[in-house]
Amino acid sequence: MVGSDVFRAKFFSLYLPLTLYLVFLLFPFYWMLIVSFKPTNDLFDMKFSPFWIQQFTLENYLYLFQNTDFITWLKNTLIVSIVSTILSLVCSIFIGYALARLRFPGSNFLGLGIFLAYLVPPTLLFLPLAQVISELGLNNTYWALILTYPTQLIPFASWLLMGYFRTIPKEIEESAMADGCSRIQILFRMVLPLSVPGLLSAGIFCFTLCWNEFLYALIFMSSGSMKTIPVGTVSDLIKADTLFWGALMASAVLGSFPIAFIYSFFVKHYVSGLTAGAVKG
Amino acid sequence: MAANARLKSFSMRDFFDRERNLGIMLFMAYPFFLGIWLSLTDSMIGRAGQFIGLRNFVDLLTDTIFHQTAKNTFIYALVTVPFKAMLGLGLALILNRHMRFSSPVRAAVMMPWIVPTALSSLGWFMIFDPVFSPISWLFRNMGLISKNINFLGDPILAISSVCWANIWRGVPFFGITILAGLQSVPQELHEAAAIDGASVWHRFRHVTIPSIKGVVLIASLLSIIWTFADFQLIYILTKGGPANETHIFGTYTYQIGLQATEIGMGAAISLYMFPILAVFAILLLIYLRKEQ
Repeated sequence: MVGSDVFRAKFFSLYLPLTLYLVFLLFPFYWMLIVSFKPTNDLFDMKFSPFWIQQFTLENYLYLFQNTDFITWLKNTLIVSIVSTILSLVCSIFIGYALARLRFPGSNFLGLGIFLAYLVPPTLLFLPLAQVISELGLNNTYWALILTYPTQLIPFASWLLMGYFRTIPKEIEESAMADGCSRIQILFRMVLPLSVPGLLSAGIFCFTLCWNEFLYALIFMSSGSMKTIPVGTVSDLIKADTLFWGALMASAVLGSFPIAFIYSFFVKHYVSGLTAGAVKG
Repeated sequence: MAANARLKSFSMRDFFDRERNLGIMLFMAYPFFLGIWLSLTDSMIGRAGQFIGLRNFVDLLTDTIFHQTAKNTFIYALVTVPFKAMLGLGLALILNRHMRFSSPVRAAVMMPWIVPTALSSLGWFMIFDPVFSPISWLFRNMGLISKNINFLGDPILAISSVCWANIWRGVPFFGITILAGLQSVPQELHEAAAIDGASVWHRFRHVTIPSIKGVVLIASLLSIIWTFADFQLIYILTKGGPANETHIFGTYTYQIGLQATEIGMGAAISLYMFPILAVFAILLLIYLRKEQ
């Protein structure tokens, strides 16, 4: 009897609200997933419940691979995301370490500047940036995104890494320095190996931000063969009269999957990274 | 001491020279000043304009679509925050409990926040569709409505729908941030309060709430700044429609600056965001200082 009371208390205080939250937060993904596995005709059949699959099909995914440029979008997204992430991480390691450890003229100002740059939204700058990119002739090249994404990523990653570097005891570095290590050696041989979780979260963050970015990619990569997954899906699969709902949802599912996959493995680092950098920074 | 002195005297120029960080600043600063310049001209895309002073800014003050845009942006960024914060707090309190499968559950509830907004918005696009909406289907089958709801076609419903999707996307961010705050509350504090006879509600009110107040405020300010300058969710769901009823600064800038090619006017629209964003950014800075 006692056991069932405990269960009932736990049911109402934990499992029931948790279930409601899960339904609220996951329903759109469930919807996208089932629509992507339905034949188009089933969508129009209002007799059946739309919340379940009557007839399972992969035709939407086949359509996506055979009749659209999805593979090209995937390739573009990967190239841009990986290069921007690596570039931003390398810069951010130096900036974050300098902010965490070094006192130099203007270091406070630089810290403030980095933080403010993190808050500057793309919508504030995209018109002038569009003009710069087109004057440099970079429209529809990878460079357009590889050069602009780090302006968003570096402030953020530096901030996060700074928080991480500060958690490493200074004394270790001081004694290494007394033993004759240079700053660079300390950074690469001691600080970085100790900061692997921080680097991992910064890297995942950067990669995710690149993968998810929409506005710059929409403006700078308008040509068919240079689109990223979000832009390609939105601009090529939504056509005025005929909506390929199945293919649209299939593309959204495939485009979301890598990010969802990465996060389900690194959710712990995500939380600790957030505490180390963003919140307590 | 000696090491400390060396720490201080070490010049960082060896591997991180000023020019390089100046370069990063410039890459942000140059477009900003170019934006200010553009906003003071009547430039069109592909045609350099004449200097016209503040005329773009003055013209916008009498533009009714711009008024609507400003109003929408405030609703979209500010009115949604209490909902995100409350739902986020609830989520954090649940996630903070001991349960089985806590890792997969945390990963699952994070999805709305981490998945590309452009793609999850497509899910909402179909959920709000006048023909295929599952909500309409459900209500119709329950006999509540006789005709499908046109979520994105009616002005009031459209702004409510985009706010709903916006809240949906923001709840996990608040949840995980508040959870981080909850986990930094020393367990001893709760235990001490419990021994002193404080009820669950009292402990929540006097131990939990004070210790997460700061985190909630920071999350709210960040959320306001981000949502204020949002673009993709509205661009995909309504493109600012119906009849410009759901435009926010980002989408209206895009429409005027790129689609109508009035890049000078567009720059002026986006610059109207600047003082408002600056106020929230300064509040955030003041608060972060105080927290430290």
